[in-house]
Amino acid sequence: MRTKESIKIAVRAILGNGLRSALTMLGILIGVGAVIMLVAVGNGSSVAVQKQIQSLGTNTLIVNRQGGFGPAAGGRSRTGTISRTTDLTMKDVAALRDKGMNPDIKAVAPTLMAQSVTGTYRDATYSPAQFIGTSAEYAEIRNYKVASGSFFSNDDVENHARVVVLGQTTVTNLFGTGVDPVGATVKFGNINMQVVGMLARKGSNGAQDLDDVAMAPVTIVQDSFSGISTSLNNITIEATSRKAMDLASSEVTTTLLGTHRITNGTPDFSVLNQGTLLETSQSTNRVFTVLLGAVAAISLFVGGIGVMNIMLVTVTERTREIGVRKAIGATKVDILTQFLVEAVLLSVLGGLVGVGAGLAGSRFKVVGVTPVVAPYSVFLAFGVAVVVGLFFGIYPANRAASLRPIEALRYE
Amino acid sequence: MTGPGRAGGEWVIVVHEAVKTYSVGSVAVHALRGVSLAVERGDWIAIMGASGSGKTTLMNILGCLDIPTSGHYMLDGIDVSTLDDRELAEVRNSKIGFVFQSFNLLARTTALQNVELPLIYAGVKGRERRRRAMLALDAVGLSDRVEHVPSELSGGQQQRVAVARAIATDPALILADEPTGNLDTVSTSDVLSLFGRLNSEGRTIVMITHEPEVTDHAKRVVRLRDGMVIEDRRQAPVSGPPPLYAAGAPSSVAAAR
Repeated sequence: MRTKESIKIAVRAILGNGLRSALTMLGILIGVGAVIMLVAVGNGSSVAVQKQIQSLGTNTLIVNRQGGFGPAAGGRSRTGTISRTTDLTMKDVAALRDKGMNPDIKAVAPTLMAQSVTGTYRDATYSPAQFIGTSAEYAEIRNYKVASGSFFSNDDVENHARVVVLGQTTVTNLFGTGVDPVGATVKFGNINMQVVGMLARKGSNGAQDLDDVAMAPVTIVQDSFSGISTSLNNITIEATSRKAMDLASSEVTTTLLGTHRITNGTPDFSVLNQGTLLETSQSTNRVFTVLLGAVAAISLFVGGIGVMNIMLVTVTERTREIGVRKAIGATKVDILTQFLVEAVLLSVLGGLVGVGAGLAGSRFKVVGVTPVVAPYSVFLAFGVAVVVGLFFGIYPANRAASLRPIEALRYE
Repeated sequence: MTGPGRAGGEWVIVVHEAVKTYSVGSVAVHALRGVSLAVERGDWIAIMGASGSGKTTLMNILGCLDIPTSGHYMLDGIDVSTLDDRELAEVRNSKIGFVFQSFNLLARTTALQNVELPLIYAGVKGRERRRRAMLALDAVGLSDRVEHVPSELSGGQQQRVAVARAIATDPALILADEPTGNLDTVSTSDVLSLFGRLNSEGRTIVMITHEPEVTDHAKRVVRLRDGMVIEDRRQAPVSGPPPLYAAGAPSSVAAAR
């Protein structure tokens, strides 16, 4: 018998038992949809973290005070016995800028985060999420472009100049949309600062709005906004190339051990390597994605058992039909094909709708993660659905094909 | 009407000393104890017998649904006892048309599609298949009911669809198992006169029944008891019309309806 006939018969059988077929397909649908969606969520979170790490700039090293990743708590707590030696200072920055000592370092920028600085322009007030004191290299390292005006220079840093560069979100909140703020004077805290540049839009890295910033020379921020602290939050460093990152990292360690006068080899700072960070996050995310995928795969498997279950019921129900077909000339292969096609068709249809559902579901944010559909997961999930249909269809179909016509005909 | 052996003889069925023994647990049940039977082309035989007489076993063997434990069975010149499952399916498809007591039409499937079924397994395609199925339905007087599903047809009509399905592949033998067992008297005479017409057109019919008024229509009556033939009576010659069939009555089917 031709496959075309088998498909026709299978379609008729599936349509003839509409609700039951729909419920069976639902099992596969949920399985396929879940695989696609959960892998997309895992993938999405991986992409988000990578974006965050990459938004640090390329080939970036970050020196933090001991205590690990993230901005330090402003240094105020670091008083008493350990106090000054644990600080990151402009002396450290100067030492790192020494090309002779650090041939693999391309640029060094200090960063000092001022806490909740409110800017006022005419009637508008706004506190940018980040008020960063830094040097001219920061724009280059973190890959900030200037849309209008210019970034402040290192002369401005030397001179404690009262200048500021604003991100787009800050500009919109203080000036309104589409206004060029360059040349205006904004009062930050209680000092008037001149806007010298507006940054080009950078968007979000998935966790924070990179345009919600204001940047000023590190010197003026130290003078006016950071209280009694003398420590920088961290030092951002760009290596000359990706390959040189490990070398640069060890140069940083050597230099800072020197400036901090540490002889026992236990650094009071940590050097964060962007490359290592990326690798770690990638491998973590891979595990995460595989776990999610595995959970979803189990539901696909359960869906397959559903197919088998319903096919067994179908075979029992249609025992007489099988007997009749055999009596009028159907071979074992004909019957086997017929029921196998029916099982595969159930899972293929369920799988197709599941792909649609998975793709549709991946358009929504899930717990703050924007899912990114991995093409391989679509093919994999659909392929597995077909294989599941085939695998779980074989037993019932074989049972149907092995029925002896005399007994099948007598079956009530 | 082609096929191996078709040219060779006028015997559609030759059964020689067929024995069938089942083992139920450790007990051997002798369903057939050496049955010999030869059926000529164009004959109409009624096989009678009480339950347990072996008539169902004989029917299964004649229909190639089962094989004898010993003995030979030649169907239309083919030695069936040497065939494997696949070849048996092929023989059932091309040589035998089954008519069952409970019709056994596929539910939710139109009369036309039911009749097309054996043609599908014979590998007949598309338009030709439809044409032959229509022809068979026409022969049983149901060309106006082709798109009806079994639940929309009366018992007599369903059995006529079943007969159309049986003759669709133009088989050498029509094998009917209690074809009137589930029918009222009107439908019974309806189906019997249809058989009469098919037989008078030259088709060979083997029919199992236990109703004497049904056996009266056959040309020959074979009675079984305890797995053996105890009576073989001819009621009318092979050539010529069946006994109760009014030859020349043009549309006995339509009249009976």
